[in-house]
Amino acid sequence: MKVAFSTFIAGLLFGAGLTLSQMVNPDKVISFLDVAGNWDPSLGFVMASALTVTFVGYKFVLKKPAPFFDTKFRLPTRKDIDLPLILGAALFGIGWGLAGLCPGPALSSLSFAGVNSFIFVAAMLVSILAVRTIRSK
Amino acid sequence: MDNFTPISATIGGIMIGLSAVWLMASAGRIAGISGILGGALKGTSGDKLWGWTFLTGLLLGPLAVALFRPDFLKAEFPVTGPLLILGGVCVGVGTQFGNGCTSGHGVCGNARLSMRSFIATITFMATGIATVFLVRHGAGL
Repeated sequence: MKVAFSTFIAGLLFGAGLTLSQMVNPDKVISFLDVAGNWDPSLGFVMASALTVTFVGYKFVLKKPAPFFDTKFRLPTRKDIDLPLILGAALFGIGWGLAGLCPGPALSSLSFAGVNSFIFVAAMLVSILAVRTIRSK
Repeated sequence: MDNFTPISATIGGIMIGLSAVWLMASAGRIAGISGILGGALKGTSGDKLWGWTFLTGLLLGPLAVALFRPDFLKAEFPVTGPLLILGGVCVGVGTQFGNGCTSGHGVCGNARLSMRSFIATITFMATGIATVFLVRHGAGL
């Protein structure tokens, strides 16, 4: 229960950060990716500041033997650069550039952005379920 | 650059970073939205409750900001209809095969100096920029 409450707080903070940085606005994201147009570098500041805080924070947190409310840290262990990683990331970038939404902002935008947000999230959820179902067979 | 907003962008980024650090410190988990979403939808039972409460918070985040600054609740969609659906499919399929998105690879993975995340980030930034270039400046599109 403590875990579930602490992750709720993390989600709330994450969603608020996405909103304040305007990553929930597809037009703003497209302006960042549009380097040949009227370029808006704001989202570079979002990524740089988020990355810096996480880099420093992880340094301290991961020195501890375990998280507060669980028995161990669950970190990815894979190191290999394989084709699914590259093709998957490439396809994700195409979708991001096309619609201006990545998964976090897409979910946050559900609470205020109306029907287009639901259309995008529905397509994304169905695709995630399809991939997970096929891969688990 | 008439829409440049470095201050709110940096404050928002710091909040995202603090969320990622808190999620690791309290629950021992990576703040990767596509992974949390995939796990909540179709993962082992241990992935489910904490994932759903995180996602609930994520959904309510904009409303918390709106208590103080309702003007930040703005979302304009450059594409609608079939292209918007295509975008959602590419993001859904791509993040599951690539094991992450802007948060999991772009923030958390790069913060751990993971080579996989570094390669993924460069790749999705490149195809994102290329896609916008083709759609906005490409001939006849």
